[in-house]
Amino acid sequence: MLDIPLQALAAQAFTGLVLGGIFVLMAIGLSLIFGLMTVVNFAHGSFYMLGAYVAFSLMGVTKSFWAALVLAPLVVGALGFLVERFLIRRLYGRSPDDPLLLTFGLSLAMVEGAKLVWGKIGLTVDPPRQLAAAVNLGFMNFPVYRLFVIAVTAAVLVSLWLFLEKTSVGLVIRAGSRDALMVRALGVDLNRIWLLVFGIGIAMAGLAGVLAGPMRGVYAEMGVEIIIDSFVIVVVGGMGSLAGAIVAGLVMGEIVSLTTFFAPRLAELIIFIVMAIVLLVRPSGLFGEAGLAE
Amino acid sequence: MHRRQFLTTATAGASILVFPAVLRAQSKDPVRIGFPLPLTGTFAAIAADMQRGAQLAMEELNAKGGVMGRKVDVMFRDDELKPAVGAQRTKELIENQKVDFVVGGLAAHVQMAINEQTKAAGRLYISVSQSDEISAKPDTSPLTFHEALNPTITSRTIATFGTKELGKKWWIVYADYAFGKQNTAVFAAIAPKLGATLLGSTPYPLGKPEFSAHLPKIQAAKPDVIYAVTPGADNVPFLKQAISFGLKKEAKIIVPLHFLDYVKEGGAEVWQDIFGATHFCHELAETLPQAKRYVEAYTKKFNRPPDAYSGYGYSGIMEVARGVELAKSTDSNTVANALRKNREYDHYKGKQWWRACDNKSFQDLWILKVRSPQQVKGEWGFFDVVGKVAANEELDRTCAEKGLA
Repeated sequence: MLDIPLQALAAQAFTGLVLGGIFVLMAIGLSLIFGLMTVVNFAHGSFYMLGAYVAFSLMGVTKSFWAALVLAPLVVGALGFLVERFLIRRLYGRSPDDPLLLTFGLSLAMVEGAKLVWGKIGLTVDPPRQLAAAVNLGFMNFPVYRLFVIAVTAAVLVSLWLFLEKTSVGLVIRAGSRDALMVRALGVDLNRIWLLVFGIGIAMAGLAGVLAGPMRGVYAEMGVEIIIDSFVIVVVGGMGSLAGAIVAGLVMGEIVSLTTFFAPRLAELIIFIVMAIVLLVRPSGLFGEAGLAE
Repeated sequence: MHRRQFLTTATAGASILVFPAVLRAQSKDPVRIGFPLPLTGTFAAIAADMQRGAQLAMEELNAKGGVMGRKVDVMFRDDELKPAVGAQRTKELIENQKVDFVVGGLAAHVQMAINEQTKAAGRLYISVSQSDEISAKPDTSPLTFHEALNPTITSRTIATFGTKELGKKWWIVYADYAFGKQNTAVFAAIAPKLGATLLGSTPYPLGKPEFSAHLPKIQAAKPDVIYAVTPGADNVPFLKQAISFGLKKEAKIIVPLHFLDYVKEGGAEVWQDIFGATHFCHELAETLPQAKRYVEAYTKKFNRPPDAYSGYGYSGIMEVARGVELAKSTDSNTVANALRKNREYDHYKGKQWWRACDNKSFQDLWILKVRSPQQVKGEWGFFDVVGKVAANEELDRTCAEKGLA
């Protein structure tokens, strides 16, 4: 009797890993931008949506999922550069509410803009032929494409870690997030660093969108839905903490998946319950440093 | 004298000229019909089709000189699939645009919100999408008409057909709002009588098409049939995810309603062999002369064949027009009485009628099966019509069960 539930639970846990992967890609970008620039980027979900749409269009032009997978995050990241350089940069040194309002407005404009460009009706994207099948994992049939999403997420995380820990630019980024004034005093041009970080964070949101497209379809409101979940994960992980974003993203993916198994109606609510509990016990999040978010 | 005579004549002449003009202007005011519908959101494609049907009805009516010599003006508004927005748009249509009637609403919960406004303002409302409550106490009213099928009729039909043809052990995946919940409840109620077992059911939030966390559980239960109440734009992502988890090979899939636009979007490879019901599809033109005329007019105007819900939009506008002509009035109560007294109509696919107690329209429905990619005819010929269920008041709840006896 017990082996069937155990198999089902294993299947459920594995499915949760993919949900968590998308969460992590979103939350890392948000956390990176917040940690370094104290910008609460409300437009993050819209860049996720844009990544999915741009990939759809690029697939139409290049006829290749792989080209779209590489190019779409770069296109979206480049757009992130422009947003930082010409919009957000003007608001540094002002109240943190100002960039929040700016990005909030931007997200609304982007959703409506996407409807103008790609239409109000959602689009479907197919995974590439090579990844379309399902593979038998012993306890379940699992779509190869979802395994691929897990692999891409892991590869991106490792690259990001190497970049932050092993390169001199990474060193400056880490220093800048601790004490921007001191780094400036040492003669580093932090404007360029912020531009870079914003671009990287946005490109990761774009990548998450590209990856989510073939699983969930592409529609203008897709970013509005995920941004709330992503903020919850960043708060639970600790604002600005990359390790926190990864751990909280994966844990939330698992919690949502397992809750869906036992009490599907609660699946929407559970992440907020978890957030409330975490904040009661650790007000600055699992990995957060007290005072950073103030 | 000369001057006074001139003035009198001139004044008289002017009043003759002006006064009839005023009268004429009043009677030539268009008959205004408000039409809220979700042009954005999960049901956008269905709403666009419904809008085209209503537009065609308006143009056909106006080409014949309108109703009672007055033009028909249908005013469409986007309700964004949100009850609050639906209520607001309807209020604006009634108060600012002075609409005489309201047709529209696509989704049970938004229909309710629209209906509250039309009831309060005393306007006739023809609701044109599925809902069980709209034609039952306490929501219905003498001015509330329901042109569409409802979950009771749909799920009783699906359960009867599916249990006989596809298998006895069922699992339902349903969008967690009125339409999904009602279909699930109807199926659960009728299943024992048909010898079917409902192994389980899974709610998910409408418009959030991520099903992966639900699929392993369904797979483990090994159902014969999966009833996918995953409406609108959720349909294709559901099927793709189910296929990617290997579920389509292990179980038969049936949907409450088939839509041409979503089948075309997903393609025959995804949809092949999936059954579903409908009140209309363009393939009916091959057997029904009324459908042939409608499909030809629609295709000529929009350069593509109609999907199912265009028929509701078309018929809804045509029924308002018929009611106004019968009543010789645009007063909502008079028109409603006229429709109840002359309850039979046939605008695009055969005879329909209003049931007097609940203003519910009864109509034929059909069972469709999606063709294989090789069998698809041309760009749009996806459906095989495999069965017909004739209009029958017994498929719905009785008036007593609806609290209307």
